[in-house]
Amino acid sequence: MLGPLGPWLAMLGFGAFHGLNPGMGWLFALSLGLQQQRERVIWLSLIPIAAGHALAIGLAALLVLLGLQFISLSVLQWLTAGLLLLFGLYKLFNYYRHPRWVGMKVGFGDLFLWSFLMATAHGAGLMVIPALMGVTGAGMDHSGHAGHVSAAGMDMVLAVGLHTAAMLLVMGATAWVVYRKFGLTILRQHWINFDLIWAFALLAAAGIAAWMAW
Amino acid sequence: MALWKPDPSFYPSPKMAMQAPPERHAYVAALNYGRNDQPDAICVVDLDESSDSYGTVLNKMDLPHVGDELHHFGWNACSSALCPFAPHPHLERRYLVVPGIRSSRLYIIDTKPDPTNPQITKVIEPEEVMAKSGYSRPHTVHCGPDAIYVSAMGTASGEDGPGGIFMLDHFSFEVKGPWEIDRGDQELAYDFWWHLAEDVLVSSEWAKPHQFENGLVPEDLLANKYGHRLHFWDLRKRKLAQTIDLGAEHQMVLELRPAHDPRKSYGFAGVVISTEDLSASIWVWHQKDGKWQMEKVITIPPVPVKEEQLPPALKPFAAVPPLVSDIDLSLDDRFLYVSCWGTGELLQYDVSDPFNPKLSGKVAIGGVVNKKAHPKSDSPLLGGPQMVEISRDGKRVYFTNSLYSSWDDQFYPDKMGGWMVKVNVDPDGGIALDPDFFVDFGETRVHQIRLEGGDASTDSFCYPS
Repeated sequence: MLGPLGPWLAMLGFGAFHGLNPGMGWLFALSLGLQQQRERVIWLSLIPIAAGHALAIGLAALLVLLGLQFISLSVLQWLTAGLLLLFGLYKLFNYYRHPRWVGMKVGFGDLFLWSFLMATAHGAGLMVIPALMGVTGAGMDHSGHAGHVSAAGMDMVLAVGLHTAAMLLVMGATAWVVYRKFGLTILRQHWINFDLIWAFALLAAAGIAAWMAW
Repeated sequence: MALWKPDPSFYPSPKMAMQAPPERHAYVAALNYGRNDQPDAICVVDLDESSDSYGTVLNKMDLPHVGDELHHFGWNACSSALCPFAPHPHLERRYLVVPGIRSSRLYIIDTKPDPTNPQITKVIEPEEVMAKSGYSRPHTVHCGPDAIYVSAMGTASGEDGPGGIFMLDHFSFEVKGPWEIDRGDQELAYDFWWHLAEDVLVSSEWAKPHQFENGLVPEDLLANKYGHRLHFWDLRKRKLAQTIDLGAEHQMVLELRPAHDPRKSYGFAGVVISTEDLSASIWVWHQKDGKWQMEKVITIPPVPVKEEQLPPALKPFAAVPPLVSDIDLSLDDRFLYVSCWGTGELLQYDVSDPFNPKLSGKVAIGGVVNKKAHPKSDSPLLGGPQMVEISRDGKRVYFTNSLYSSWDDQFYPDKMGGWMVKVNVDPDGGIALDPDFFVDFGETRVHQIRLEGGDASTDSFCYPS
């Protein structure tokens, strides 16, 4: 799509998208700060949330690298497209379902775990696999060379890092704007159905994976 | 259909919920158990002051079975859907979850497309409720952030064993199973609510089914065998964390009203009667050094009367006990309303300082001895203030007069009927009966009221005011 830059931009874009989703963290961080009446808590809470998200994305990257050791890129792309299609369809009809979590009294460890759980259960990692394959795919088509593997590994780390940085930036900016300017009323008026958009994003990612494999 | 924007009746904080538009109608549980062969019903009462039918029953939706005994009920979803750890703001506050406390049947009632003409959309038969939840006699319904929680008074198998809480799926209304993982020595059940920001659930104790289904058992009451404890649970681990015994003489700890503002971790519990002096009492729970504590902050004494004025159940005592059966806290945590079902009074306390409540208003209606009439009723009234509901803005309070079929007959043996009244609230404290609002349900009795869009005993909030 946008040449070699495309997959990198996609990683950034998905990061911003994940960061904007109230169910992925900024709202939790904001509520903790409000509850404890300490603004610092908002910003500090975003760190473990971003780290938990990064772990989920990192695992997806690891799966891509591992997968390419055993199957070809185009098979992996088809496989990803199929998985994304199935999961996207499932989410389309179950977009409102979340993993079970009841708890507002959370420490950083809890937030890390919570974020990892939310990202994994909603398929945040799966969603970016096409982009991850784009980042590393070209050099990995025929598995084997050790040099390629380590270079691909570096690319993956960079991609996950960029994604997480974009997510953290957008989470922080959103929380800041809501906290400083709009207040919680914005939740009533402008909280669009992100869960449903998410399902469509999964389906779009399925389309991209299929297009890449074609 | 999926919603694109959040349900407009969901509010992040109690303060925002107080800006909600006034309610236009109420859903009222109407029961005919043991009086005639009519089924129970959900009645829709017009509350819109500008409407021609203000203060009348717009519609009565009869249930398909006889003998359910409707009691408490609740909404499928409320403001807790905005809680940040698992938000689903695009759920709709649309379905009423209505248990039959006697039949153990659960009705799911759809208030759309016409909110004044609700329809049954699903019936969960008693066998299924009991098989899947392990409990019987469902009671309080609360819309939780992750599921619908329902308390139940008895076990599925019979009368032995503990009552507790079970969960319903938010979306499919499937019974998911019992909520508790470790209940400790908790055995009796009744009401429950929570401090979501503290991950704490609080539950109270009434009695075992055989102690209430056929009426109050005087020997059990005098032997202090009704509930007198409060339980504090870890909401996350679903585990009993602490139990507080109010003292055996404090019989029947019923309604629980935690502060609405998630920054406050205190709440109020009402005790029906003390076997030492027939008084009723209100207690505050609060946290100190990580432990829950309770203090009695209000004592309401009995009123001495001549024996011949009393129903047989009360003759030996030569007094009317206040019998505090329900309490309700306004969304700003400022006013606590206390129903004295025996003496026929609704009391309003200013609880801005929860440890020093100040009586700020009262209205008298009904009562075992006084039977005080309403300006719009043509005869003395039986029953007294019972299930109270406060509008979200705190300006209007509604209540009904029935407690529980067999108990109504003990305390008000002269064929008590059902009525609902409205109280107007002075913003600075003080209450007065609305002389134009008196809904006469005839022989049918009425219990819990739920207001359009939510009320002061439905929604819980995860964001501070």
